[in-house]
Amino acid sequence: MPDTIPADSVGIVSPQIAKFDAPLALSCGKELMQYQLIYETYGTLNANHSNAILICHALSGDHHAAGYHNMEDSKPGWWDSAIGPGKAIDTNTFFVVSLNNLGGCCGTTGPTSINPATQTVWGADFPMVTVEDWVESQTRLADQLSIQCFAAIIGGSLGGMQVLQWSIAHPKRLKSAVIIAAAPKISTQNIAFNEVARQSIRRDPNFHEGNYTAAKAIPADGLGLARMLGHITYLSTDSLGTKFGRKMRHDQYQYNYDVEFEVESYLRYQGEAFSHRFDANTYMLMTKALDYFDPAARTGGDLAKVLEPATCDFLLVSFTTDWRFSPARSEEIVDALIKAGKHVSYAKIETSQGHDAFLFPLPRYMNALRSFLTRTKKKPVKEPNNAR
Amino acid sequence: MRADLEIINDWIQPNSRVLDLGCGKGELLQHLIGNKNVHGYGLEIDPANINLCIENGIPVLDHDIDKGINNFEDLSFDVVVMTHALQQFRRPDLLLDEMLRVGKECIITFPNFGHWRNRLHLGLKGYMPVSEFLPYNWYDTPNIHFCTFKDFEILCREKGINIIRSAAVDGNLRDHWWIKAMPNLFSETAIFHVSR
Repeated sequence: MPDTIPADSVGIVSPQIAKFDAPLALSCGKELMQYQLIYETYGTLNANHSNAILICHALSGDHHAAGYHNMEDSKPGWWDSAIGPGKAIDTNTFFVVSLNNLGGCCGTTGPTSINPATQTVWGADFPMVTVEDWVESQTRLADQLSIQCFAAIIGGSLGGMQVLQWSIAHPKRLKSAVIIAAAPKISTQNIAFNEVARQSIRRDPNFHEGNYTAAKAIPADGLGLARMLGHITYLSTDSLGTKFGRKMRHDQYQYNYDVEFEVESYLRYQGEAFSHRFDANTYMLMTKALDYFDPAARTGGDLAKVLEPATCDFLLVSFTTDWRFSPARSEEIVDALIKAGKHVSYAKIETSQGHDAFLFPLPRYMNALRSFLTRTKKKPVKEPNNAR
Repeated sequence: MRADLEIINDWIQPNSRVLDLGCGKGELLQHLIGNKNVHGYGLEIDPANINLCIENGIPVLDHDIDKGINNFEDLSFDVVVMTHALQQFRRPDLLLDEMLRVGKECIITFPNFGHWRNRLHLGLKGYMPVSEFLPYNWYDTPNIHFCTFKDFEILCREKGINIIRSAAVDGNLRDHWWIKAMPNLFSETAIFHVSR
């Protein structure tokens, strides 16, 4: 809870709702007849609507990226460290739009919404949504906000995949793409982790084939377990080791299955807290969207060819200890962009924080972001001093 | 712009695809992009330099060249440039091969260790030269493979590398007749334009 709002905070913000009545054709073949997206904005849209930045969220993110909803809020939005007046994504300069994606559980149409056809909660019947579908829905939000072309679209992890998709599918609608700790498609290992997460949810007796709301139940154990697993993969060996080591709850071993090591307690807490704030069907949908994303599949794996239509400048960022979306995966995108002859810069940030690093205000990372967003191209060069 | 960069700038054709290995603050690329419509990328490892390039809109990639440049495709660049860095790598000879795999042509500049002042330093005083131009002690210098103008010519001959042209200049880019006559003795910086 903030006693006073920090000077570099966007302050108290309220989400808004955008409603859409035109049907949205989804990759899975189904159609969403109508839907709504919840979003927040920070900063002011300029007269020619050229200073807008879109933030795309990751697996468990939402529209609340910066600021506080009220003075009782215990924490600011999930990317408050980067968004605000004077911060890397400077709201004195930019108009920032952050939304909750389709299938979400924070106010955007998703499995916890009412299905207009049945007047009951969608639950398991909510159609699968993909990164491509999200980007299409985001273009409609941009239309409603009269943003023809974003100054930048920024996202980390699954959010970075949305940015990549924007650059390919709607090249004229963004000037800059910032793709952080992402990959052109997730690895087999990542699909495997996602499957374990989904299975832990599906095997929870309270899951009821996804229609747990109707059954007045919550698969909290399964969702918590999925989160515990995910959480381990977002941290690095070093960061977990430094944070907890073999720190124990008691002075000596208890020789039972209660918490012995602090890391166990931490994970249980993370899982527990998450299972109360997030929806299990949404979690499953988001992991599937991750699995399905593979824009190069349609060119037989030739990412450079897929990227040909892109016209924006790219900034890619990776983190050295990120093993879920390792630097090598970001470099696949960089190499393809070079092959395609695109403007790309790439920063590999030294850090111990693993995949989670993309949420932290590491100075080098924030500097790269700030510099890229405010870059001056073709800056006049001083004429050579003709010493010859 | 630094002296050797001006000569390189003259040697690069407009609209070329240029890869600058160890681009530093991006001066050369900035000039080439701005004045010659060059399509270029710089590789750099120093975070401050990388950030400066990003700030100036110069495409820069955080890349440790000592780990290789095998992510770049064969002949994918018109020119691969390396200024004042070749002597800092573990295997300059192998790097040169790689540069000529990736680029149709290469431009390389390096401090000529055969410069008379270096010779005097070592020959008469008996210790490794430290100068304004090479301001390091032997134990902390990044320059681990010093060579001379002549050494580089020999390496090219042994490898069958074609020297398109070369230039030998002093620290102020002056190419006096005596530098041209005896580059190995009088040039501080050697500049080579090579191809396969």
